[in-house]
Amino acid sequence: MNRAIWAALIGHWRRNPLQWITLVAGLALGTALWAGVQAINAEARASYAAAAATLGETRFAMLRPTSGDAIAQDTYIALRRAGWDVSPLIEGRLRPSKESPVRLIGIDPLTAPMGLLPTPEGAQAEPTAFLTGPGQVFGPPDALDRLPATVTAARIAAPDVAPNTVITDIGVAQRLLGRAGKIDRLLLAPDQPLTRRPLAEIAPGLELIPPQESADMARLTDSFHLNLTAFGLLSFAVGLFIVHGAIGLAFEQRRAMLRNLRALGVPLPRLLALMALELAAFALIAGAIGVALGYGVAAALLPDVAASLRGLYGAEVSGSLALRPAWWLSGLALALGGTALAGAGALWSLARMPLLASAQPQARARALRPALQAALALGLLGLAWALALWGTGLRAGFVMLGALLLGGALALPPLLGVVLRLSQARAKGPVAQWFWADSRQQLPGLSLALMALLLAMAANVGVSTMVSSFRLTFTGFLDQRLAAELYVTAADARQAAAIEALADGPVRAVLPLMSVDTKIAGQPATLHGLRDDPTYRDNWRFLQSIPNAWDAFAKGEGVLINEQLYRRAALQLGDVIPLAQGLRLPIVGIYGDYGNPVGQVSLSESLFQKSFPQVAPRRFGLRLAPDQVPALQEELTQKIGLAENAMIDQAALKALSRSVFERTFAVTTALNLLTLAVAGFAMLMSLLTLAAMRLPQLAPVWALGLTRRRLALLDLARALVLAALTGALALPLGLALAWALLAVVNVEAFGWRLPMFLFPADYARLNLLALAAAALAALWPALQLARLPPAQLLGVFRNER
Amino acid sequence: MNAKALLLCIFLPLQAAAQGFAGLGTTPQDFTQPNPETVLRFPQDHGAHPDFRIEWWYVTANLTGPDGTPYGLQWTLFRSALAPERKGQEHQGWQSPQLWMGHAAVTTPNAHYVAERRARGGIGQAGVRAAPFEAWIDDWQMRGPDLDRVQLAASGTDFAYQVTLQATGPLVLQGTKGYSVKSAAGQASHYYSQPFYTVSGQLTLPEGPVPVTGTAWLDREWSSQLLAADQSGWDWFSLSFDDGARMMGFVLRGTQDFTAATWIAPDGTPTPFPDGAFMATPLDRQQVAGRDLPLTWRLRLPAKGVDVTIKALTPKAWMDVSVPYWEGPVTVSGSHAGVGYLEMTGYAP
Amino acid sequence: MLLDLQGVEKTYPGADAPVLRGVSLRLAAGDMLALTGESGSGKSTLLHLAGGLDTADAGRVALAGTDLTGLSDAARAGLRRTTVGVIFQQFNLIPSLDVAANIAFQARLAGRHDPDKTAALAARLGLSAHLRKYPEQLSGGQQQRVAIARTLAAAPQLVLADEPTGNLDESTADGVFDLLCDLVAETGAGLVLVTHSTRLAAKLPRRAHLHAGVLT
Repeated sequence: MNRAIWAALIGHWRRNPLQWITLVAGLALGTALWAGVQAINAEARASYAAAAATLGETRFAMLRPTSGDAIAQDTYIALRRAGWDVSPLIEGRLRPSKESPVRLIGIDPLTAPMGLLPTPEGAQAEPTAFLTGPGQVFGPPDALDRLPATVTAARIAAPDVAPNTVITDIGVAQRLLGRAGKIDRLLLAPDQPLTRRPLAEIAPGLELIPPQESADMARLTDSFHLNLTAFGLLSFAVGLFIVHGAIGLAFEQRRAMLRNLRALGVPLPRLLALMALELAAFALIAGAIGVALGYGVAAALLPDVAASLRGLYGAEVSGSLALRPAWWLSGLALALGGTALAGAGALWSLARMPLLASAQPQARARALRPALQAALALGLLGLAWALALWGTGLRAGFVMLGALLLGGALALPPLLGVVLRLSQARAKGPVAQWFWADSRQQLPGLSLALMALLLAMAANVGVSTMVSSFRLTFTGFLDQRLAAELYVTAADARQAAAIEALADGPVRAVLPLMSVDTKIAGQPATLHGLRDDPTYRDNWRFLQSIPNAWDAFAKGEGVLINEQLYRRAALQLGDVIPLAQGLRLPIVGIYGDYGNPVGQVSLSESLFQKSFPQVAPRRFGLRLAPDQVPALQEELTQKIGLAENAMIDQAALKALSRSVFERTFAVTTALNLLTLAVAGFAMLMSLLTLAAMRLPQLAPVWALGLTRRRLALLDLARALVLAALTGALALPLGLALAWALLAVVNVEAFGWRLPMFLFPADYARLNLLALAAAALAALWPALQLARLPPAQLLGVFRNER
Repeated sequence: MNAKALLLCIFLPLQAAAQGFAGLGTTPQDFTQPNPETVLRFPQDHGAHPDFRIEWWYVTANLTGPDGTPYGLQWTLFRSALAPERKGQEHQGWQSPQLWMGHAAVTTPNAHYVAERRARGGIGQAGVRAAPFEAWIDDWQMRGPDLDRVQLAASGTDFAYQVTLQATGPLVLQGTKGYSVKSAAGQASHYYSQPFYTVSGQLTLPEGPVPVTGTAWLDREWSSQLLAADQSGWDWFSLSFDDGARMMGFVLRGTQDFTAATWIAPDGTPTPFPDGAFMATPLDRQQVAGRDLPLTWRLRLPAKGVDVTIKALTPKAWMDVSVPYWEGPVTVSGSHAGVGYLEMTGYAP
Repeated sequence: MLLDLQGVEKTYPGADAPVLRGVSLRLAAGDMLALTGESGSGKSTLLHLAGGLDTADAGRVALAGTDLTGLSDAARAGLRRTTVGVIFQQFNLIPSLDVAANIAFQARLAGRHDPDKTAALAARLGLSAHLRKYPEQLSGGQQQRVAIARTLAAAPQLVLADEPTGNLDESTADGVFDLLCDLVAETGAGLVLVTHSTRLAAKLPRRAHLHAGVLT
């Protein structure tokens, strides 16, 4: 019996291949974007994990200089001889010509905590070769390939090393980095010997960092990934609209057959089970296609994501993608879950369908009751509002976004209903009246596609507003911040002194750039020493400040903090913060800082040097006439011996910063467009499936004297009108979304609140794009209608369908 | 013979290296080979011999607490060279081919505490100076004006000790004037001992500090190729008899067992015995760390009228380090009474 | 001549036999013709060709003096709006419009909307109480009466009815049939009514029988 029922069920899809394609394609597209985003996230997380594993940063406590300077090797020996079980680590970047730098890590394998060392492919590890002679470097093959030719050590593939990172013996690393006798960090074995002399006695310049605190890469990048995840879910939601529509339609169309099957004695539970099985099979097919597509999406986007993460957070993420069970399983699970969600309603109504119910498809039955839907929409929008007012945290921010978008989407059909009813009431001619009345009748069938379009457009408006606002702010910020014409890095004290001496020559001002990583008010932060100079006074803009803030700053009576720190640590102007031992100063100004998400405190040069005498400035900003920059570069190379890559002019730096910015949002933009494409597809599929059901509605009008061509044009117009109305509603929703992103999510994720700018031309273009998408989607069904043989229209009147 | 040379060569934590790295049975290329003609000179030979491949400073002590509780103590510093260096021309910095490893242990009647340290040569983390004598790795050290009077200190995560060693007899050259043969094929080492230390000092154990006194034995040995290819491990015995005499004996287990022994009179006069003169028979085996280990032995040196039974103080003296082995204090009964140390290596799990 | 069919032939694509083979039929204003025949005899097709709903493969169809042969889609649609009124067996009504709008629809398309006349027709057909209802809320008989009202409100010259009472029970069918005939007679329009019921056909002054695509 199962086979007979099965044949009957499958027969429907064979006769309606388009419906089947809609179902599978909708689900596959939704799954694809979700799986793609998850794949990117999984790759990034795996990279962090590899980084954490190779560097032991998550598992081991470490000693770090409070000054931010390097640790002398003698200090390491002193610590070992005082009973401290520590292992040295040096880190640096090797910059091959033109390419992105490779991170080089040097370790001592003899003292390194267990599990810190890479496992090379094959058995090529040989202690003698690793520890003596030119040495060996371990790393992923692509990182090894990019090492400069000056690296003479044998290159050995070790895939479990963090992406873009190579590991070698500390002696080799010191040599390659030109930092003999220097150590950056000391990793502490988890169990320390019983008799240790106090740290302050042996190495007063070092501080102990507990293991969990240095493991903030995952936390730091959490917001970024949450962002991507939100996009993945959004596109999946759009995909679900399609699936829900397709399933609903298929079930409606099969009502007659199901009634007949039941009349023939097929038990309802078996019918339900078989249909559920059928859906599950489709979901698996679609999920598999989706995962495959998602792999493509992720592979295409990953390089940009990797660049963003490196630029924003300094996190190394592999540029190549691995097929990880975490994401493809989640993709399949989501496809199954989504189908279950979309199909549950249809199965439920089938379960409750009386045996002798009308075999007529009921287009109206597929939509929620408008009143209920409107109430639900209001509830969700209310929730969004409440969260905007009282919610805290990034997750609350995203819940708010979700509620806003879903509420907006649910509100669309009732609102469109009202608009169409009013239009109908105002319509004059019979055709116009019919046009509006018919549009109202189409609304339930189209509302899912329109909701998908609304979501995609609102997301587009919101995100593009956010990105463009950010871009304007960021560009302005770069112009303020990167005021110096040339940035140089001294290799040693001699070069540093020579650079300082330039102030007497062609250079208007030499601005040393000194910084120390520390903790302020419980937040990780960077302390900067600034020389009082018009460069800062003229260019920096305060969000808040006391009067004459710069004077107070210059006199060492106060410090400036960035917005991130101000928000995260809930500091206020005038609050006194401890900066170093015996140094507590009030905040006199708060400045916007869009370069990185970390907190920042700026204090005057003299204060900085007094508090951190061990930090010698190595980086400098030089102020001079822009046309003299090349000459100065030449001079610095010739006279001081500054390397080519130790000098970056302002234009290059700005270009670099902008490219990081653009790549950060390239992913967002791409996902946005894909979402819009999925929504367009939803529209096409809805119109195509509706076309079949619309014959009884169109045939009388045609018989009464409207040509097929005219009817097709009217259908096209209807799609455009509905898309335009949806676009009109998407604009306020999108702007609300932009506000939420700028004022809520960004503050939580990055620590800055950005001013919101409006971009009417962009919105107009987007609306045109949406109209074009709708027109494109409506074109095919309209052409079909225009060419429909009259016999098919006449068939409507003849026999019961 | 307390040769931990095998361990020494495998102590790099590089997992892949653990299997592939040469054991002591492989051929050394450019290292200096032990030579029967070499005359040992002191204090120079207390220091390191970087032209040899392996070397150790090995102290074991039988101690007693105020309440009569017996304790065992071990302090060992191993040197292993990845490449030979001429003395006085050693590399400085990370390029040094010298690798160092320390093992320390305290054994009580029902517990055993172990620690291990590793270090690179050339950076000052570990090393040995002949005079004034100092051997160190990290905070572990053995130092004094000369080898007759030294301070010994080490610590682990759960124990520490600090004791003073005072020699009451002369240095003893093992084998033929310090040239100790290890196999029928001729593998050998330079080997001398100081078996006449008296000890006093303090152990720090989880239950608190314990003042201790007793006797200690230092072994100094260096070589470049210690084992024949067929030899898999050894059992080594150092015994201090109540009458003031000392005895060292070992069995190198191979296709054909190879034994050697030295009888040391109370005045320090050594009498070496060739292969076969010394006999060691396992009496009672016990499961320790998954291995079947003989913890009671019958030892015979008929030429000196020795027929004793030695018994481990506790089976727990398992050295759970990079390459594990058993090393612990024993009591001696039979023809002679006394205390001593037993080392067993190369027992497969 | 209101309707003039000469030698009309029609074969549906994919069918093996023609459905009409050289049918000729003439109808003057005020003529009322009952067209009978078995299922598949081609009576509906004949009606569709007469109403400009479909085109003949051969022969000539002239409606109110206009030759439909080679006429454009738009021109035929124009004739349907102004000259012909069609009543089908079912699905006559526009589901998205209420009864009042449905009745007025064709009249307004034809530009002949007269609210008084429409209201009178609705009253005559017993629909006054149902004007705000939607087609799906009406019984089959009521729906057909709305279709009749709509057709007559547009005052066509020719009324074509294809089994207008085929889906109704006998007593309802008789009532609807009589109303239709009376109202058409009152307007003086021509009527071609397809039915398989000889009893109903007998009520009309002219009768024709179609058998296997040939008029007898």
